[in-house]
Amino acid sequence: MSLRNYLDKLRPNFEEGGKLHAFKSVYDGFDTFLYVPHETSKSGTSIHDAIDSKRIMSMVVIALIPAMLFGMYNIGYQNAMAAGKLGEATFMGMFLYGAIALLPKIVVSYLVGLGIEFAWAQWKGEEIQEGYLVSGFLIPLIVPVSLPLWMLALAVAFAVIFTKEIFGGTGMNIFNVALAARAFLFFSYPGSMTGDTIWVEKEQIFGLGYTLPDGFTMATPLGEIAQGAAANASLYDMIVGLIPGSVGETSVIAIAIGAIILIWTNIASWKTMLSVFLGGGAMALLFQSTGATPLQWYEHIVLGGFCFGAVFMATDPVTSARTACGKWFYGFLIGAMAVIIRVMNPGYPEGMMLAILFGNMVAPLIDYCVVQSNINKRAKRAKM
Amino acid sequence: MSLFSKQNKEVFINPLNMDHPILIQVLGICSALAVTSQLKPSIVMGLAVTVITAFSNVIVSIIRNTIPNRIRIIVQLVVVAALVTIVSQVLKAFAYDVSVQLSVYVGLIITNCILMGRLEAFAMTNKPWPSFLDGIGNGLGYAMILILVGGFRELFGRGTLLGFKVIPQALYDMGYVDNGMMAMPAMALILLGSVIWIHRAYFYKENKN
Repeated sequence: MSLRNYLDKLRPNFEEGGKLHAFKSVYDGFDTFLYVPHETSKSGTSIHDAIDSKRIMSMVVIALIPAMLFGMYNIGYQNAMAAGKLGEATFMGMFLYGAIALLPKIVVSYLVGLGIEFAWAQWKGEEIQEGYLVSGFLIPLIVPVSLPLWMLALAVAFAVIFTKEIFGGTGMNIFNVALAARAFLFFSYPGSMTGDTIWVEKEQIFGLGYTLPDGFTMATPLGEIAQGAAANASLYDMIVGLIPGSVGETSVIAIAIGAIILIWTNIASWKTMLSVFLGGGAMALLFQSTGATPLQWYEHIVLGGFCFGAVFMATDPVTSARTACGKWFYGFLIGAMAVIIRVMNPGYPEGMMLAILFGNMVAPLIDYCVVQSNINKRAKRAKM
Repeated sequence: MSLFSKQNKEVFINPLNMDHPILIQVLGICSALAVTSQLKPSIVMGLAVTVITAFSNVIVSIIRNTIPNRIRIIVQLVVVAALVTIVSQVLKAFAYDVSVQLSVYVGLIITNCILMGRLEAFAMTNKPWPSFLDGIGNGLGYAMILILVGGFRELFGRGTLLGFKVIPQALYDMGYVDNGMMAMPAMALILLGSVIWIHRAYFYKENKN
């Protein structure tokens, strides 16, 4: 418990009148991140769950780790495969290459996002809120690996300020912060977010990996299909995740591990998750039967960001619908909308991001209708 | 009353800050979002609105005592429509490119809330000279924000100002890319929101009672 003692020794410096009082929120932030908040209610009886929002956030980060680790491996794998050196590349070599390629993005995402959070809390004299822990981890996983760091920093700053802080901080945002960052990138720098040149890292890093020719192109399977070609991957590759795509989204298996952790710890709603898959599957079946899409319904679900969005984004407790019944509608809407965008809009090979943002937008309306219909039902019962 | 009495000065200054048509009253937003993707159309639009507001204010103020109350909106619209037609023709004659860029938004000045608001709230009850000042003030307030937002959007969306390359080529070579979202009206809304946010944070005192 020496860390605890050390923190306690530092505490007087940050109290009212201490010389570092200006940084109290920073101190509190670290302290409560490492341990639990000190403040307990002073009057009345309160029941606290043992797990507070910080622990929830940490659990989501843990659930994301399989996807991240696989993403690192896949970065190296794609690079080696593109160079035609798959035979001689080692597992550790590919993983290390990917880790080194991804690490700067995670660091930048956290530095910029937490920097803004800390500065904001300091400015407003509030406690630091923990919401960025998850967003900061999600953002590097939903962008292509070759995204320049300055764009990432800009998008993070935009998302934190304009979708979170101005609405009142963690827990008040209407839109998912990580997806807002991705949407900003998607509309601001389409050249770095879509197309067939960005999904594979082309440079050697610290002597690892292979340098690819400048003109090298490699589209995602969904991108190929939007071009009218056949998908360039087998179903096995799609499920394991050895396909080009945003860093964390490719592996269905890694995401499934995360989903099990989230459902098992009761953090994410299985209703939302299931209904997203139901909506996507139903819509894909419908399109398949009318011949509008060349893909099988299960391919629509395992490709692109569908799984990642369903498990980690749609279930965000802040921006999703809150009523139990509303969750079904909300999830179904997102799944269906994602497939509709994919099939109906030739300009957007992937629709999960826009579908979830759309879902976020109508979630309060869904809740309102559910609550209202419940009230009406009971009022009618009372009359009889 | 002298031409530049304290009262008249206030009539002119107020709409530039504490009674700003966009920042405080949040009027005329649609055209502010639509035309500000570049600096030049923003300036032209700002000037057009300034001229039309000022002169329609004066004309309505001159004839205000002869306008039957029941049809005053129609009369105001006729005055504004005449002025808008003149401005639109002048633009077509002397700045055809910009008039094409502005397309319907010049014609839509007729429905600009700032204009109708000033005619109803000010010109109908005031003398021509203060009405003129009020029109100029409101028009300039509107133009000010348009130019600010338009300049920002053109600089970051295209790297140019008034069509001249401002961001050096060396920066592009280092990997800088123009921000495509700046060209979309969505970004104009966010920028406008930020301007209002900053303005309120510094100047606006919330009415506490």
